[in-house]
Order: sequence, then structure tokens, then C-alpha cells
Amino acid sequence: MLPALPLDEAGKYVAAAYLVFLLLILVYVAIMASKLSRIEREVVEIADLVDRKGSDPLRAGGDGNPPPASRPKEKVR
Amino acid sequence: MLVLTGAFAMVFFYAPLDADQGFVQKIFYVHVPMAIVALIGFVGGGICAVMYLRTRETKWDMRSYVSIHLSVVLAVGVLITGSIWARASWGQWWVWDEPMLVSFLIVFLLYATYWPLRFSLEDREKQARYASVFAIVAGAFVPLNFAAVRMAEAYIHPATGATVAGGLPPKMGLTFAVAMLGMGLLFLTLVKYEMASKHATFRLRALRRKLAGDDDDLMLTGRSAAPQL
Repeated sequence: MLPALPLDEAGKYVAAAYLVFLLLILVYVAIMASKLSRIEREVVEIADLVDRKGSDPLRAGGDGNPPPASRPKEKVR
Repeated sequence: MLVLTGAFAMVFFYAPLDADQGFVQKIFYVHVPMAIVALIGFVGGGICAVMYLRTRETKWDMRSYVSIHLSVVLAVGVLITGSIWARASWGQWWVWDEPMLVSFLIVFLLYATYWPLRFSLEDREKQARYASVFAIVAGAFVPLNFAAVRMAEAYIHPATGATVAGGLPPKMGLTFAVAMLGMGLLFLTLVKYEMASKHATFRLRALRRKLAGDDDDLMLTGRSAAPQL
């Protein structure tokens, strides 16, 4: 092992190590944030889809009944 | 983050300078907790994989995947900070006959093959099963890393809590304990964060397919390394 480095020499190594850790966490959080913003976009798209379905009388069951997808199936005799 | 920030404040304002290494020893408080948490994460991934094989519940495969993913991220940090510390202490960026460095690199490279393994399998059930077997075998290999350090005699790698003098001085020990706690809490927080993100993504896609009228096929199609809920 080398003798202990003077503070001005050692400082840059210590700073580099802590910056690497900080950078790693920041990059990870940034990637996760971009994924969350994609989820947010998808929520908006789904909300639009729900709105469109709600305003479409045929798909929404314009006869006053629930839409076909959610109607209970009739028993086959 | 608060605990970790407090720990780093303690590193620079509370913990004394090391008699041998001086200021460079401060790297110890970020490098070693990261390494220990990463290795525990790998073992945790193996335990979750055991739970998956026992129960066949996808949530365990997801936990195993996320745990290994985060541990690999931390392992990258361990290798870089370790290299920086080696350069400052030994004058070299890497020492090939130092067992701790090499065995950690082997563990890292071993887990680097986890994603290609998952991605190579299109069948979701088979993917989860094979990945679980991999996580268990690799997780069992990880304790060898610690054993290698204890048996090493060529170089004296800084061993946590077990120095010749009988352990770290109290102030250093407390700082290290707080740093360990902070790193562990950060790991758990990021695991929860990633799990929540993956859950939300899969639920949203399933909902979108359901709204589009594709009631029978709520699962995602296409190849992906990530598990599916």
C-alpha cells in the first residue's frame, strides 16, 4: 500500500468516488422519471379512449342498455 | 435520502481520518455499503426466485428481477469507486491478483448475463422459471465472494468491522452503520419505486387493450426481458 496521499491529492479521488455514486443515482432516477412520464401519457390516452367510448352511442349502448362488452351473457338453451 | 445525506455529512464532519490511508479512506463509506447492499440484493433476488418456484406467483419473479436489476446498478458503482480507491491507495486502477476485486467482477459479469438469458426466452413461464434457477444458483455463489476475502492473504483488503485491532473505532463504526442504513433504505426505496412503475405500466397496457375490445388478450405480446404481471 502507498503512503497516505496529501489532502489536495486525495481530495480529487474522494470527490470522484462520491460523484460517481451521485451520478449513478441521478441517471437511474432520470430514467425512472422518463418512464413515469410515459405512464402519464398513457393515462391521458386511456382517458381519451374512455371519453370517446362514452360519447359513442353504439358502443356505449345507445338503447339505454350497458355496452355489449359488459352485458351479461344470455344462457344458451 | 435523508439518512444517506446525514451519513455523508458524518463522513466528512464526524468520522476521524484514518491513520494509514488518511483522507482517501473516506471512499470506504460509500464503496463498502454499496458493495454489501448490492450483494445482499443479489442474495435477495435468489430468495425471491425460490419463492417464485415454490408459489409460481409472478410477483416473486418481478421482485427477483427488480432486486437483481438494482444490485447490478449498484455493482457498477462499486467497481468504479473501487477502482478509484485502488488508484489512490495502491497506485493502480485494477489489481488482478486481489481476490475481492476479481471475485466481485466475476459476480458482476455473471449477473450481466441475466438479461440476455431472459430476453432469449419468449415463453413467459419458461423465462421466469429459467431466470429463477439462474438467480438461485448465482445467489448461492455470492457468499463465496465474502469467503474469498476472508481467506485472502496476498493483499489486505479493508475488511469491514473485523480489523486486526478488533473493529472500527466507535466514530468510524457509527458513521459506517449510518451509511449502511442509508444505502439499505435507498435500495428498498428504489425497489418500491421500480416495482410501482412496472405495475402501473402493465396495468395501463392491460386496461388499454381491454378498452380497445381485446378482452381475451390482456397480456402483453412480444419479447421482453422484464417479467409480466
